[in-house]
Amino acid sequence: MDDAIMEGSFKIVVLMKPVPDMEKVKFNVEKGTIERESSELVINPFDLHALEVAAQIKEKVNGTVTTISMAPPHAADALKESIARGSDRAILLSDRKFGGADTLATAYALASAIRKLGIPDLIVAGEKSVDGDTAQVPPLVAEMLGIPHASYVSKVIDIKEKAIEVITEQEAPYRVELRLPALIQVTKEVAKPRVPTLKDKLKAKKYEIEVWSADKLSDVANPDFFGLKGSPTWVSKIIVPKPKPRSKQVFNAEEGIKKIIEILSKEGVI
Amino acid sequence: MSQEDYSGFMVFAEQHDGVIHPVTFELLGKARELAEKKGSKVYAALLGYNVGSLSSELIYYGADRVYVVDSEKLKVFDVMHYKDAFLKVIEKAKPEAILMGATNTGRTLAPRISAALKTGLTADCTDLFIDEKGNFIQVRPAFSGNIFAHIGTKTKPAMATVRYRTFKAIEKDTSRKGEVEKVEYSGPDDTGYKVLEKIPREKVNISDAEVIVAVGKGLKKKEDLKIIEDLAKLLNATVGASRPLVDDDWISRDHQVGFSGNIVKPKIYIAIGISGSPQHTVGMKDSGIVISINKDPNAPIAEYSDYFIVGDLYEVVPKLIEEIKKKKGT
Ligand SMILES: Cc1cc2nc3c(=O)[nH]c(=O)nc-3n(C[C@H](O)[C@H](O)[C@H](O)COP(=O)(O)OP(=O)(O)OC[C@H]3O[C@@H](n4cnc5c(N)ncnc54)[C@H](O)[C@@H]3O)c2cc1C
Ligand SMILES: Cc1cc2nc3c(=O)[nH]c(=O)nc-3n(C[C@H](O)[C@H](O)[C@H](O)COP(=O)(O)OP(=O)(O)OC[C@H]3O[C@@H](n4cnc5c(N)ncnc54)[C@H](O)[C@@H]3O)c2cc1C
Repeated sequence: MDDAIMEGSFKIVVLMKPVPDMEKVKFNVEKGTIERESSELVINPFDLHALEVAAQIKEKVNGTVTTISMAPPHAADALKESIARGSDRAILLSDRKFGGADTLATAYALASAIRKLGIPDLIVAGEKSVDGDTAQVPPLVAEMLGIPHASYVSKVIDIKEKAIEVITEQEAPYRVELRLPALIQVTKEVAKPRVPTLKDKLKAKKYEIEVWSADKLSDVANPDFFGLKGSPTWVSKIIVPKPKPRSKQVFNAEEGIKKIIEILSKEGVI
Repeated sequence: MSQEDYSGFMVFAEQHDGVIHPVTFELLGKARELAEKKGSKVYAALLGYNVGSLSSELIYYGADRVYVVDSEKLKVFDVMHYKDAFLKVIEKAKPEAILMGATNTGRTLAPRISAALKTGLTADCTDLFIDEKGNFIQVRPAFSGNIFAHIGTKTKPAMATVRYRTFKAIEKDTSRKGEVEKVEYSGPDDTGYKVLEKIPREKVNISDAEVIVAVGKGLKKKEDLKIIEDLAKLLNATVGASRPLVDDDWISRDHQVGFSGNIVKPKIYIAIGISGSPQHTVGMKDSGIVISINKDPNAPIAEYSDYFIVGDLYEVVPKLIEEIKKKKGT
């Protein structure tokens, strides 16, 4: 396949982060790390909403969806699911040189890959990841590409030739119009992820994820800005906190009600 | 320019329609502490339209100098204008670090600044301090609050966002003096971001609540929310909910407590029919007093509770309401 994004009138890129399955993952409380073996990678649940809204737009305007992810090579399996859920092409940026990236270096790699493909009409990203949980990567990518963006997009109202109209939840909801190309960072209200059909699943199973190394981006990026080297933040230590001490007194219903009344009066609530 | 030339702590003074978000005052309080340790200054960046009169407020709460950018282009939040205007202020002040509220607006704007300055940004810090070597260190929770990472930044200015109600504002002191410096901004007419309208909506600010009565899947049907609402009303409390109730459209997301909802820290948190999953407890574990009502004595929420009442909510809550009414004499 050509490096340019696939043919189709309206081009959409979705940023999909592979993450440990937080429902199954085991946590090493002493070391403050995730036991990597304890959990396979899955697509960040928030990103399924991003892919869904992208797929809906694609179906409406006859476009194409390409997903881009940066993760270790074994993420490829999890990413196949994106094909079943409406993506036409899935690219995985995977290289030791990308390792240890903070949000700035992550965004730099993703933005470079987008440049390589040619800036699409629309980029869609999830609200935040369930592991790093910063919500920073999408606006960083938008700034690096020099395009407008809206975060906390809860609804896509309309898609026009040169603009997209959305609701962004700030201190109140605002209806805004973004000139395309633009990036939207969506909340889970934006669309409910579809249940893939059997046919879609089969198609996904056969699909080969494209893996791009750092070298592949050498014409559009400075490798000094990748990974640990390109990360201005450094972790000086990890602390395992002691939970707030609780008195954990247990009561039956009758005694409990009395106790609640006593506390509420003491605290001046009633 | 050498990194040593950066000094002072800058707070982004978030305001909407001329009202300063209270997280700003909390950040000013923290910035004072940091600046005193470093022997440097506290700056505030005030961006908006007809907002000049707010400068003195910022000084009363700890700013030594307020940079004001007053422009009609900043009347409503347009991330592109705000970014460019804020960058002008940063360029002038050259602070060692920039603190912003981890509000939706702060989180929309901060990463764009970080990318433009090619500097590090730490999200949702729970503490900020200066270590023995004089480094500015940011503390942030990770993996649902199971660990805390201490993070430093190689580049300057360092940037951090902080959630509302993490720090305490200092007492307002109307005798405090400070400087005000105007910064001109004339951005493009069209940034590619056009605000069409503000949608009026009654938003519940659960993070502000002193008392929260939260309910989960222990509730059998949507109609039964009524008893929870009745209890909340009697206590002047705000209703909170676990995520499944929000997913099922029983209640709006404003009410959701937890990882993908709101982080709350009320004086009293009453958890009714909530099991206490890590995604829920991360949002409420720093509350003052926690009271739980659950029919399962082994529910994980017990670990996070001061008072754990074993019982069926359909018996306990109506009785509780009755007792409170009696007590109140109504
Ligand atoms: C405990 C912990 C704390 C951290 N704290 C910080 C910090 O404060 N500051 C900092 O700069 N870095 C921090 N990092 C590093 C950061 O998590 C990584 O840089 C990560 O690769 C991207 O950030 P995120 O997971 O927060 O993504 P978010 O910004 O929360 O993700 C939002 C969206 O961006 C897209 N996206 C994000 N990452 C990728 C990806 N790899 N591939 C494709 N799409 C993606 C997805 O659409 C996703 O929904 C931390 C990491 C850990 C483990
Ligand atoms: C990425 C991600 C993000 C998430 N974010 C959040 C979040 O922000 N907030 C959140 O809450 N969850 C969140 N969740 C979901 C979370 O994992 C749990 O599924 C959820 O918190 C469970 O809600 P619950 O306690 O109400 O329900 P359950 O776990 O089903 O618990 C119901 C409880 O009610 C008790 N009960 C039942 N009947 C009665 C009765 N008659 N009287 C008294 N007690 C009774 C039961 O003993 C049980 O303890 C998230 C999950 C994921 C994967």
